[in-house]
Amino acid sequence: MEKRLSEFIPGEKGTVVRVEGEGKIRRRLFDMGVTPSAEILLRKRAPLGDPLEIYIRGYELTLRKTEAACVVMEEKNA
Amino acid sequence: MLKFALAGNPNSGKTTLFNTLTGSTAHVGNWPGVTVDKRDGLYKKLEEPVSIVDLPGIYSLSPYTPEEVVSRNFILDEKPDCVINIVDATNLERNLYLTTQIMEIDVPIVLALNMMDVVKKRGDKLDAKKLEAETGLPVIEISALKTEGVQELMERAYAAAKEKREGKTVLQKSALAHVIDDVKIALKAQEVDNPLFHAIKLIEGDELEVKMHPSETRMVEEFKKQFADDVFAGDFEAMVADARYKYICAHFARAVTRSQSADTLSKSDKADKVLTHRIWGIPIFLVILFGLFHLTFGEDLLYLNSIFGFAKDIDTGNEVLNAFIAVFYSSAGISTPGVLVFNLMGFVTDQIGSLIATGLTNVHAAAWAQGLVNDGIWAGLSGVLSFIPQIMVLFLFISILEDSGYMARVAFILDRACRKFGLSGRAIIPMIMGFGCSVPAAINTRTLADEKERILTTRVIPFFTCGAKTPILAAVCGAIAARYTNINVDLLVFALYIFGMAMAVLMVAFMRQTTMRGEVPPFIMELPAYHAPQAHNLMAHLWDKLKHYIQKAFTIIVASAIIIWFLSNFSWNWKMVGIEDSILHDIGSFVYWICTPMGFGLQLSAFGWVFVVAAVTGLIAKENVIATFYVLAPAIGMLIPEWDDGESGIGAVVALMQATGITWQGLLGFTIFNMLTLPCLAAVTTVKAETPKGKFRYTIIFWALTSYITSSLVYVMLTWWWTAFIVAAVIALVVAYFILRNKGKINLSFRKKRRSVKTE
Repeated sequence: MEKRLSEFIPGEKGTVVRVEGEGKIRRRLFDMGVTPSAEILLRKRAPLGDPLEIYIRGYELTLRKTEAACVVMEEKNA
Repeated sequence: MLKFALAGNPNSGKTTLFNTLTGSTAHVGNWPGVTVDKRDGLYKKLEEPVSIVDLPGIYSLSPYTPEEVVSRNFILDEKPDCVINIVDATNLERNLYLTTQIMEIDVPIVLALNMMDVVKKRGDKLDAKKLEAETGLPVIEISALKTEGVQELMERAYAAAKEKREGKTVLQKSALAHVIDDVKIALKAQEVDNPLFHAIKLIEGDELEVKMHPSETRMVEEFKKQFADDVFAGDFEAMVADARYKYICAHFARAVTRSQSADTLSKSDKADKVLTHRIWGIPIFLVILFGLFHLTFGEDLLYLNSIFGFAKDIDTGNEVLNAFIAVFYSSAGISTPGVLVFNLMGFVTDQIGSLIATGLTNVHAAAWAQGLVNDGIWAGLSGVLSFIPQIMVLFLFISILEDSGYMARVAFILDRACRKFGLSGRAIIPMIMGFGCSVPAAINTRTLADEKERILTTRVIPFFTCGAKTPILAAVCGAIAARYTNINVDLLVFALYIFGMAMAVLMVAFMRQTTMRGEVPPFIMELPAYHAPQAHNLMAHLWDKLKHYIQKAFTIIVASAIIIWFLSNFSWNWKMVGIEDSILHDIGSFVYWICTPMGFGLQLSAFGWVFVVAAVTGLIAKENVIATFYVLAPAIGMLIPEWDDGESGIGAVVALMQATGITWQGLLGFTIFNMLTLPCLAAVTTVKAETPKGKFRYTIIFWALTSYITSSLVYVMLTWWWTAFIVAAVIALVVAYFILRNKGKINLSFRKKRRSVKTE
């Protein structure tokens, strides 16, 4: 089932299907390793609920909900 | 001389390696046109000395951030003899992504595999030989921290620099290989340097390249059409990034064997669980922040004296010894590290100052010479010196938080709150530092990636009332309370603090709507693993940051101190006089009418110049405002009341109120003007250094206008309460305009988008 990264709950895992959004943000996501078929684990949300912390390609990355909404994911059944 | 460039991801240990290589020869400046650190130095342990240039830490060679553009242009245009690509072995995949891009340039490269010790400690295995075979580049295992393998690295780099290398790409086996070759051949025919690199960037649709090679762009467009039905729908930028990562996973990453699964929590993860906890994250941040300020500015270590009340001044009978003891321990309590070094510097400058003063008296120097040296040069110099140790302590603490990886988490925790008014989470640190001192705060804005955000932040930093402005607030509020007994001093001071912060938020929001429009920069950031900071690195940081300030301090600040001293001690016919007959007084009486709307101009008739002069002397250092009050009150014929302690300034302000007839509204106008106007010269010069060329004058205008208009409004509203309704109505109108315009803008852009979709 396809789902946006911004809709993930902490602890949920999935694989990137595609990345949408505008040039700069999209390119930045690619450069940080958020490319199709990359595995992502949503670690947590910040105390105020917004930026998200994800685990990808062996490191921790933070991004805002609006940016995570550009990432279309395939949910992985644990 | 050979020139080597250091390139790599942020947090890959690049700075540590650079410091190890260059030692004391390092030189820090700015890249031309942008405020990005430019560092270079010499490595001397080869046959010949080699120049090392540390490129900014980057993740990619995309055209979007100044750091990336700087690095890319350096490698392409300055043609270093070798690029040392430092790679964090604990995070191979993402680090090698940059490597795959640098590889495409016709430049010799060596890979420095850093943090191998951490990899081994984890029990993972990394086969450097395998990586060398796969990439075709020399791979050297190093530990920048323990300086292992560094000499070997440099020898290999030296050998590599002697040979030519042609760019290679990992995209050779991808679907794009064909078009890459075609474009490369076309570029080669035009004798373009680095044809492979440019060809691939063109295919990615890189903004900088498309402008440079329009004819090849058409070729790419043709090719794109054939790909329209692919998964990527002709989106080459995505295809290229995807192909790079796929290749890295398939080939390079095979050099690693992990001993444990990614899901096990490391020490760093455990620390993170607590420090960014949903509930405890923010309170912990506040406690750390409070501790930081306490250790830098607190006079009573851990409030031991407030709790136990043991401290008293020690009298040894020797004044100098008493002063020396007071550096460490006084009736206020045991000094915190920051206060200790502050006192120590004060003690040293006082002693030197009195030595100079007695020396000058002994040789019977002329009065003007004594004044010039004591009150002009030395006062300016010691004013500058007095800041430095405390700033260094504050910086040391901040650097520890920065190096350990906690600062990135602070940005993570607070981003949401900051975004509400147009900044990202990172901007909160320099602003809070502003409560201590604007100078380190302005230097700290370097950590902000976005230029607009940096300018915005440096502009509002002075609104966070710094340690030197607090005495003005305390004196004015104390004096108002002394005359109108029903006012609570602490509450009034606190209200002014809050007012400053509110102004900062308001002005950021206002500028975001007018002169500094633009989106809040994206917040896609690595959260580096926590690690203990390195003393060597911290010291290098400190020195980098302070060097610039000290240089400015000894030139501009001392020069201005001398000028203001001259203006306040001389009359037009070159005679030394009291401040009440000085040139400064005349200038003050000439312009004081401007201050009428703020409540300290024409209302005070003959004494209007008094507050103008005080504000001008405050430019050297805000502490001077109170000192000037003490000089001016007796000078205009009003004795300081006897109950005054000679330090707080309350008595001086009361005396000035009696002498000039200034109202409490006027005094508040004066205070707010001082809070919001140009900060002291030390801060002004620092902000100038951190502001891109040509933008600084607007910052000056911004400070002048904001302080003038705001304090005028406050004075008018406090004096005639009904004007508050008019002001409120005007503000409501402006806000309504912005809201309507923004809504209109959203609609407009929607329409545009729909139209463009149709035409496609």
